[in-house]
Order: sequence, then structure tokens, then C-alpha cells
Amino acid sequence: MVAGPVGSERAVRFIPMLNAAMSPTFYEFDSGDLLRLYKEMDERDEEPVVIYHSHTATEAYPSRTDIKLAQEPGAHYVLVSTRDGADSPAYDGPVEFRSYRIIDGEVVEEEVRVVGSYRAVSFEEGEGEK
Amino acid sequence: MAIELRVPTILRTYTGGEKAVNGAGDTLAEFIDNVNGTHPGLKERIIEGEPEELRRFVNVYVNDEDVRFTGGLQTGVKDGDVVVVLPAVAGG
Repeated sequence: MVAGPVGSERAVRFIPMLNAAMSPTFYEFDSGDLLRLYKEMDERDEEPVVIYHSHTATEAYPSRTDIKLAQEPGAHYVLVSTRDGADSPAYDGPVEFRSYRIIDGEVVEEEVRVVGSYRAVSFEEGEGEK
Repeated sequence: MAIELRVPTILRTYTGGEKAVNGAGDTLAEFIDNVNGTHPGLKERIIEGEPEELRRFVNVYVNDEDVRFTGGLQTGVKDGDVVVVLPAVAGG
């Protein structure tokens, strides 16, 4: 997960999480880890900004399970596909890296822009998209 | 004194945006019924089925203990306790 200050919409603190499901086709945070994570974010006045996972054999689009279980309406759900070997250090091709809002079963893809730092770009300019 | 329920973002539509609401009861089941009385709709997002069970992808903690290990809906609660509800972060 990547957390950020409440209301900032900025993904600034990377928090590696263990997949308690220990599965290549399903992920879930351990319930104790989940409580610690949310308490820590609460103490720091943070919220989840990005919730990400990979699809190892399929495209970087939310699966039916992803859509059914998405319960953070404020988060950007980022998916990376490694079906073309993008997880290998030798891989040199394009990486499927896509972002979505998932609210009440509705999936809306959103543009991803890679920036050197948030200082280098103002989200207020342009169409108001980020 | 009362028992406090910490409400996750996705359920704050039932609490007028409040992050925490108070209620009463001797067990978690009674407490959730009580809170549902003042904030209708909350219960069915936490509990399902007959007999009633916690939803598989909702985690409930009483004073930081996951209630799945302390008696589920029959877990005892008392004034001053804090009940935290967190949706699972899961997918596949």
C-alpha cells in the first residue's frame, strides 16, 4: 500500500505488506497487520492512497474478485501485469501499469503520469485530472 | 460512558460522515444491533446470513483483538471498549 496525508491525494509513504493468503491468485492482508496499518495511518493523519497488486498471468485490469472486494472508495487501485515477464530483472519491454477507481462495483480507469517529484508538477493545472 | 465504534470510510455514509459513533450492549451482537438502531444499514454491511455471522471480508476488533479469535459476535463488550471495523484489503 502507499499512504498519504488525508485529503492530499498524494502517494508518499510506501508500506510493504505481506500477502497472508500466500497465493499467486489471491491476496489478503493479515488481520493483525491490517489493524496495525490503519492505526498507524490514523496516528499520522494518513489514508490509503494507492492499493496495488500484480496479476501474474492476466492483464492489468481488476478481476471480478478485485471489484467485489474493493472497499476503499478513496483509493487508487493500481494493477501491474507480469504476464510478459516484467518481474524479471532482465525484462526490458513496456510494463502494464494501470490505475483505477473501484466504487460500488464500478471500475473507472484513470491516467497515470510518472513524475520525478510532486514539486515538478501541479495537479491543479490542466483539466483537473491527475 | 459508552462503547465506541470506529467506522471505516466506506461505511461513513451510514453515520453522516462521522468516524466514530457510540452505542451500548453486553455482546458484540447486541452492540451492533444497538448502533444499527441509530444508524440503520450499518449492521447488514458487517453481518450476514442466518444464523448471523460476521461478513468474511470485514474485520472487527474489540480493544485491538480480532473477534474471530474471541467468540465472534458473542464476544463480550462493556463501557469504555473500542470496537474497530476494517474492511479487508483483498483481491486476486
